[in-house]
Amino acid sequence: MGIENDERTIRCLVAKVGLDGHDRGAHVISRAFRDAGFEVIYSGLHKAPDDIVQAAVQEDIDVLGISILSGAHDTLVPKIMDGLEEYGAKAETLVLVGGVIPEEDRDELKAAGAGAIFGPGTSIEETIDFVRKNVSDDRV
Amino acid sequence: MFDEQELAEISQQRESWEAETLDPSLERGERKERFATVSNHEVDRLYTPEDIADLEFDEDLGFPGEPPYTRGPYPTMYRGRTWTMRQFAGFGTAEETNERFHYLIDEGQTGLSTAFDMPSLMGIDSDHPMSEGEVGKEGVAVDTLRDMEILFDGIDIGDVSTSFTINPSAAVIYAMYIALADQQGVPRDEVRGTLQNDMLKEFIAQKEWVIPPEPSLEIVTDTIEFAVEETPKFHPVSISGYHIREAGSTAAQEAAFTLADGFAYVEDCLERGLDVDEFGPLLSFFFNSHNSIFEEVAKFRASRRVYARLMEEWYGADEPESKRMKFHTQTAGQSLTAQQPLNNIVRVTIQALAGVFGGTQSLHTNSFDEALALPSEKAVRVALRTQQIIAEESGAADIVDPMGGSFAIEKLTNEMEAEIMDYLEEIKAMGDGSVRDGVLEGIDQGYYHREIQGASYEYQQRVERGEEVVVGVNEYTIEEDTSPELLHVDETTRDRQLERLAQVKADRDDAAVDATLEALSDAIERDENVMPYIVDAVKAYATMGEIMQVFEDHHGAYREEISPV
Repeated sequence: MGIENDERTIRCLVAKVGLDGHDRGAHVISRAFRDAGFEVIYSGLHKAPDDIVQAAVQEDIDVLGISILSGAHDTLVPKIMDGLEEYGAKAETLVLVGGVIPEEDRDELKAAGAGAIFGPGTSIEETIDFVRKNVSDDRV
Repeated sequence: MFDEQELAEISQQRESWEAETLDPSLERGERKERFATVSNHEVDRLYTPEDIADLEFDEDLGFPGEPPYTRGPYPTMYRGRTWTMRQFAGFGTAEETNERFHYLIDEGQTGLSTAFDMPSLMGIDSDHPMSEGEVGKEGVAVDTLRDMEILFDGIDIGDVSTSFTINPSAAVIYAMYIALADQQGVPRDEVRGTLQNDMLKEFIAQKEWVIPPEPSLEIVTDTIEFAVEETPKFHPVSISGYHIREAGSTAAQEAAFTLADGFAYVEDCLERGLDVDEFGPLLSFFFNSHNSIFEEVAKFRASRRVYARLMEEWYGADEPESKRMKFHTQTAGQSLTAQQPLNNIVRVTIQALAGVFGGTQSLHTNSFDEALALPSEKAVRVALRTQQIIAEESGAADIVDPMGGSFAIEKLTNEMEAEIMDYLEEIKAMGDGSVRDGVLEGIDQGYYHREIQGASYEYQQRVERGEEVVVGVNEYTIEEDTSPELLHVDETTRDRQLERLAQVKADRDDAAVDATLEALSDAIERDENVMPYIVDAVKAYATMGEIMQVFEDHHGAYREEISPV
C-alpha cells in the first residue's frame, strides 16, 4: 500500500516513558516506521507521562508507540491514556505498547485503551501492518 | 608455530583434499551460501595451520597467568577454584532483598550481587515524582544509609564480596558501603566487592545518567583514587561491554568500545598523577556472552591479549597485575525469547559455556523467564544450577583454556584482535591521540549511537528475512500459552519505602545533613576528591537524591541530543 494523494502520511511518536533507558527497540521501530514511509518523531529518554501527552497533542500524531521495559507499564501507560483523554486525543490516536509486558497485565492495558501490545520477538512487518490497518480513518 | 616447509606441505595436502574429497561433496551444496556469527562475521568451512601461520606461541599465546594472558588470567584457572557464581538479585524493599541474600548464601552462592530499582539507579529518591511506578520494581530501593543497613542485616561484610550494579549514583552507594563497614568495625582495607560505576558506557548504551559525561568521568576517577588509598580490595569500576552488546552491537564493537572506555579511565587517572601500577590492578571488566560460542571465546581471549599489550605499550604498565584483565560475564539477555521460554535454558547453557571456555572470573546466568517478566524463584534456581552443572559435571572447568590451539579459535581470536585494534585506533584518532577525548567526542558526536544502531537494525533485518534463525520465533513456532509463574512485587512496597524515608528524615539532624552537603558542594568547587565528603553525608543520613542534587547544581542535568539513525 503506497501513500495515496488524498491521504496524509501516517504520523508516529515513538516514546520512552519513565526512567527506563532500554532504547534499542524504540530505535529499531523508529527506523522501521520511517522506512515504511511513516513520519516519525522520537521523544528521547526519561519522559514523564505528561511530557508524552503534550508532545502527542502538539504534533497531532496518528500513532503513539510507547516503549517500556522497566515493569512500570501498569502505572505509566494508564497515566498517558488519561492525559490523551483530557485533551480529547484518545479516540483518534492508535496507541501501541512495546516491551516486556506480562500476559496477565495486557488486558488491563487494552482496557485502558492500548490498541495492541507487542512483546519480544514481534516482527517489524507485523507491527507495520497493524498500524496500516488500524490507524484512524478519519485523520485529515 | 609451524615452519615454512611444514606449511608448504599442509598447503599442498589441503589443495589435494579440496580437489579429491571436498569438491565432489560440494556438488550437493551446503546449507547456506554464507555462514556467519550472530555479529555477522563470516566464518570459513575449515581452519588449518595455514590460517595461523603468523601466530607466535610465546608472544601471542604463552601460558595462563602470564602476559599476554590469552590463555587465562591465572595459572590454574578453575582447577584452583571455579568462577564466582554471582547471580544478580534484588527486588522490593531492603528487607526482601536481605531475605533473598540469605537464601542465596544458603544455596551455595559465593558472591552477592545487588540490583537497584530505577530511581536509585538514576540517583533520585523514592518520593520524587518521576519515581512513581518504579519504586522497588526492578531491584531494591535505596534512599539512605538506613536501607543499606537493613539490606546487609545479619551479613558480615568482611566475609562477603558484593557487587553493586549502579552507575550515576555509584559513588553514593560506595560511600554507604564504606559507612557500613565502619559501623560493623570491618577495616576499610578488608572491604571486598565491585562497583559497576562505568559512566562512559552509560552515555554509549545503557542511558542512565544525571550530569554530563566529563564531570561524570571526574567522579569515576575520584572513586578510583579513593579506592587506591582506602579500599585496595574493592574494585571501584567494572568497565562494561554487556550493555553495549545488549543495545545491539557486534561482539567486536562490544570488546573494542569497552576497552576504549577502560583506557579512557586509565588516561584520566594518569592525568591526575596516579600510578598505573597502583590503580591498574583495581580495574575489572564485564562482558556479555552471546550465542555464537566460538566468536565469544575469541572475544574473551582477544580482549585479554589487547589489554595486556596496550596497558604496557600505551600506558607503561609494569606489574603483571596491571596488565591482567579480569572480567565478569553475563549471558545475553536480549537473546532470550518470550516464545517457548524453556528453550532459554539451553541458550543460557551455551552462552555460559562460552564464558567458561573464555576464562571468566565470575558469571551470571539469566533466568529462562526474563523475556516475560522479572525472574521467578524457580527460574533463578535453574539458572544457578546451570552453572553448577557446568562446573561439577561437564569437565569444562578441568582444563585451562581448553579451546586454545584450535585452528578455528586461534584464527577467530586473531581476527577479533585486528577488528578491536581498528576501532581503538579510530577512537584514538577522534581524540587527536587521546582515547579519553576520543570516547567523549564519540558520545558527543553520536558516533557510538550510529555504530550500535546500525548493527542492531541490520541484525533485526536479518531476522526478518529469516537469515538468522531464532528458534521458536521465526522457525519451529507453536501456539502456546506463555503465562509463566511470575514474581509479583508487593504492591505495598512503595508505601513502606516512603514511610521509612519519611522516618529517617524525621529522625536525622537536618543541620548536620546541610553542613555535609555544603562541604560536598565546596569540595566540588575546589576540585577536590568528593568521596570523603559523600561518606560524611551518607553517615549523616543525607538521601541519595539530596547528594546527587549537589552535583546537578554544579554541572547541570544531561540531556541526550540524538534522533533515530
